[in-house]
Parts: sequence; C-alpha cells; structure tokens
Amino acid sequence: MTCPTRADRTDSMAALGIRVHPRDNVAVVVADVQAGDVVRLADGSEVRAVEAIPRGSKVALGPIAFGGAVIRYGEEIGRATKDIAAGEHVHTHNLAGTR
Amino acid sequence: MREEFVFQGWRRADGRMGIRNHCLVLATVACAAGVVRQVGQRLPAVVAVEHAHGCGRGGPDLGLQIKTLAGLVQNPNVGAAVLVGLGCEVVSARLLKGTLARSGKPVETVVIQEAGGSSRAADQAEALARRLLGELEELPRHRGTAADLMVGLECGGSDTFSGLTANPAVGEAADRLVELGGTVILAETTEMIGALGPLLRLAESEEVAAKLKAKVERQEARAREMLGPLADAVLAPGNVESGLTTIAEKSLGCIAKGGSSPIREVVDYGDRPSRKGLVVMDTPGYDIESMAGMAAAGAQAILFTTGRGTPVGFPAVPVIKISSNSELFEAMPDDIDLDAGTILAGKTARQVGEQIVDLLLRIARGEKTKAEINGQAVFAIAQEGPAF
Repeated sequence: MTCPTRADRTDSMAALGIRVHPRDNVAVVVADVQAGDVVRLADGSEVRAVEAIPRGSKVALGPIAFGGAVIRYGEEIGRATKDIAAGEHVHTHNLAGTR
Repeated sequence: MREEFVFQGWRRADGRMGIRNHCLVLATVACAAGVVRQVGQRLPAVVAVEHAHGCGRGGPDLGLQIKTLAGLVQNPNVGAAVLVGLGCEVVSARLLKGTLARSGKPVETVVIQEAGGSSRAADQAEALARRLLGELEELPRHRGTAADLMVGLECGGSDTFSGLTANPAVGEAADRLVELGGTVILAETTEMIGALGPLLRLAESEEVAAKLKAKVERQEARAREMLGPLADAVLAPGNVESGLTTIAEKSLGCIAKGGSSPIREVVDYGDRPSRKGLVVMDTPGYDIESMAGMAAAGAQAILFTTGRGTPVGFPAVPVIKISSNSELFEAMPDDIDLDAGTILAGKTARQVGEQIVDLLLRIARGEKTKAEINGQAVFAIAQEGPAF
C-alpha cells in the first residue's frame, strides 16, 4: 500500500494533515502541499496552506505569536522564533527547541 | 479470535526461555576478532561476535564491557559459548568465564597466545563449537508464552512519521505484551530529553519517577557538556530533512514506543530488570549500543522502528524492523519486516500493533527476521570515557 499522493487529495475523504492531540497547534502533512491547498484533518477541520509544505513537515493550524509554544503530541516541542500565521510551514526557520 | 501466544522455546538453567538456540563464538577482546571471524566462516551455524572492546579503557568502561559480554552469553537465546581471548588483555576469556560460572551454560575458552597462534586457536575454537552445536541439537523444547518474553524497543533513522505510525504501533504492541505478562524495555535515554512530562506520568511510584528524572537529566547534562547545542547534535541531518525540528519533538515521537503501561522500574545499562511489565533502561540513543544493553539484560527479541531505513540486526537476538512509511518498505524490502506506513493510508495504530504482535509470535516460533536472513549482526558496547 502506498501513501496518499497529490492525486488522492482531490477526493476530499483523505485526511492530509495528522494532528495527534487536540491541544496541538501544528499538524504533519502526509503529502507535499502547495500554496492554496486545503489541508484537511481527520476531524474534518481544515487549514489553507499559505506556502508550499513538504511531506512530513508541520503546518500551523492557527496563528502562533513570536515566543509562543508550538505543541505537538500535546506537549511543547519548542517556541516560535517569529510570528507564524495559520497555514505556514513550521520548521527550523521559525521554530527552535528550548533545550 | 486471536491466536494464543505460545511457542516452543528452550528453557535455560536460570529459568529464562530462549526463542533461539545459538552457539556463540565470542571474542573477549578486539585482538581475537580475526580468529572469531575465521570460525564463523568455517561454521556458519555459530553466531560469531567480534568487537573493538576488551582492553585499553578505564575501570568503569571495562566494567560495562564485562557486564555486557557476560550478559550476551547469558542471554536465553544463547545455549552455549566459546570465548576466544588473546591472553594478555584485561577482559580475558578466563575472567569472563569466571563471571559465568553460575549460569549453568556450557562455556569453553580458547586463548590465542596459549594455543600457538591464530590458526591453531581457530582450529580449537572450531572443534569446541562443533561439539557444542551437537549438544545444543539434543536439547528439548519447552512451551513458552508472552510472559517468558523480554522485548527491547529501539528506533534508528527516525523520520517525522516515526512518531505517528511505527512508534505508536509498537506502543500498542508493547501494551499488549505487558497485558499478556511479558516485559518490554524502553531505552535510549538521550531520546527522552524533552519528553520527561509524559514519561513521569507513567511512572508507577515516586521512586521510579525520581530515578527516571535523574537518568534523563544526567544524560541531558552530559550531552550538553560534550556536544554543545543539543538540537544540532542529537538530531541527525536525516531527521531534520524529514521534517523533525526539535529534540523534544523527536523524543516525544520516540517514547510512543513504550505504550501506556505503568513504568515498573528503571535499570542501568545491561542490568536485568527485576520486574515484569514496562521497564526503562538507561542507554545511549545510538542504536547498536542500546540494543547491546537490552540483549545483555536478556531481551530475546527487539522491535526496531525506522523512517529512513537501516539494515542492522544483532547477534543471537532477532531484530524486527518496522518502517514508519510505505515508501521505505518498498525501497528496502530486504531489510524491513513490517510496514507501519499503512497507518497513513487509514489503518489504526492498534491494528498495526496487532500485526506486530503476530509477527513477533511467528519469530518466536522460528521464522527468521530479514536481518537474520541477511546475516546482519553488529555489536558495540556503550562507553563512558576515552580510550587509553
């Protein structure tokens, strides 16, 4: 069995983003996402990507202010190093560990 | 209805149950590696183990080496062993055999300097191993259950999906094994840095929590002292390429392997747990050294998750490799035993966890892992200090 590809996403059934814990403010995208694509989660909620996000990377589910906690698995994985808008790619350019 | 978790294994003198019946030919020091390799080439039925340890280190490291090598011989998957030493080293064949006197396991020694050189030593070791292999074939089989199993958990070459697919699926399998009365070891203390919160919530008692916290904090302080900024050092380039950003993120994905059972005990590297259920062992994140600690404690099998893919196996201990994504499973079909990437296509972690338990049962019943088929077995012991 293969992972979902871009083509699969026209069928709106497939969840494109995985949020592990209800508290999470980021989700992982399971396929490459382009700016303008809608990332749908298993619970039916959606966020529109504002930039390209590579498969396996995180998308912000809502705005995260500079210095705010980035939550995945229901736990803080680091802090935003700049203001992050909903739908932005979250990685080393705007997220740093606090350890 | 699920199949009952029952297999025919080998009950050892100390009461533990092996799922393999190997004759180990073990170098006690790096200098004996060539002889051990020769014996392995002549007798493919033995598990030949060479390594870079056995001498030239400070006391604490030599202690770890002796404990780990002795633990490997005592692993229930090993039925008998030939120890090959050089003659002038610290961890000599005789010293190691002395620590094994009470194991009740047939252990023979060969000393290269006394045997008259490497060829004669290889001849001696081969003859001894042939005899031991014959004796092992005669051993009766006994009924074993999940309660007889100690299963090590490991991840290597993690990617961003490891924490979403393979690790939670292994966590489900771990919960099932604990329910069935087995023991599961969560290791890799460096990969608990940043994930103490959820781990401490699983601790069975204040005492377990305090020990766990001390181990993780010590590992973090040590890593910081030696490596500088943690994220740069502890996250490999492949982790970051795959989408993992911070050490806490990697750790939180990593500890999902342990599942949700209470943590009964925290043990040091290579030490045998005294409790069943979920146990934490203080090991490095480096997978080879971590597996050595769990094998020395008596783990008969290891569940190994990987996102980037790795061929590694371990001597005498079947290593079941589980991919976090289906692309990897398709790209390295000869190395990966089971695909947890199916979770991205709609399977649940619980369903894949059941697949893992079923596969573990087949492995316990004698089916070979990919690493066993490929003869992939590497061995290294965790060390604290520099070489002298």
